[in-house]
Amino acid sequence: MSRVLVGVKRVIDYAVKIRVKPDKSGVVTDGVKHSMNPFDEIAVEEAVRMKEKKLASEVIAVTCGPTQAQETLRTALAMGADRAIHVEVAGAEYETLQPLHVAKILAKLSQDEKADIVIVGKQAIDDDSNQTAQMTAALLDWPQAVFASKVEKTDSGLTVTREIDGGLEVIKTKLPAVLSADLRLNEPRYATLPNIMKAKKKPLKKVAAKDLGVDLSPRIKVVSVEDPPVRQGGSILPDVDTLVAKLKEGGHV
Amino acid sequence: MEQPYRKAVLNLYKSLLFLGREWPQGYDLFRKRLHKVFTKNSEETDPEKIKIMIKHGEFVAKEIEALYKLKKYRTMKRRYYDDSS
Repeated sequence: MSRVLVGVKRVIDYAVKIRVKPDKSGVVTDGVKHSMNPFDEIAVEEAVRMKEKKLASEVIAVTCGPTQAQETLRTALAMGADRAIHVEVAGAEYETLQPLHVAKILAKLSQDEKADIVIVGKQAIDDDSNQTAQMTAALLDWPQAVFASKVEKTDSGLTVTREIDGGLEVIKTKLPAVLSADLRLNEPRYATLPNIMKAKKKPLKKVAAKDLGVDLSPRIKVVSVEDPPVRQGGSILPDVDTLVAKLKEGGHV
Repeated sequence: MEQPYRKAVLNLYKSLLFLGREWPQGYDLFRKRLHKVFTKNSEETDPEKIKIMIKHGEFVAKEIEALYKLKKYRTMKRRYYDDSS
């Protein structure tokens, strides 16, 4: 039986229209609806299913962030995680928190908690970094099975089907290992009201990032955040010749 | 007057309200509509009929959950994966 550590991130809800701050330093987060990163929901679901199949003994949800990040942990607990760890990172440190820091925190916690499997979403829908799982595996020197779309337990390890460009790859890995969840891995359950109420009774531990001995100084500086280019309007052309000329001009024919 | 299903009905109402917070056209619309249907049937006294109504309400809740899941899945698929796949 293995212990599973799941990393979850609180992000701006997928349905919210993102607005860039006028000074281009980032996006507007105040007063905006937040929820759990959809790929992390898939990761939590996979861990909970492992527990239901008696492949895992315990599911621990972890998040790094300010106090509000606890809501995300509650959701994970409502989905079926046994306990949660909130790594407190607030203010300026949170704004410059990067995948490397999260990976270091996850690596440290998975050793402290004696986890055998770490599952995270393949990427977060806010920064789309897609680095945390890979970095965590590297820091721990564990095998990595990222972009998982199917996970099966075999003798001493796991058989993981991975989503790769234009197809699937099946790999076998020993435990302990780091996994990252792709969209088709499973269909996450909905955190219902009764389960959210019950989740309030589950244990949630708070730790400061400093107590884990992780250096949170930024390695990357965000230079500028900008809106995607606005789609240009179409135009009606008088005849075919003009159309062909336009297409040639644009290098399409 | 005895109301044996009072608690079950209240729980159903609360669960549905909770689901309504994510309703695409807004929580207010959902809340108004939900209140309307519950008020409409509030005079019902036949326990059998109430039971059927609760079952129906639970079914609607499951449908809403499924709707949200599908909406999220489709949005993610559109944003992160090719249309062809």
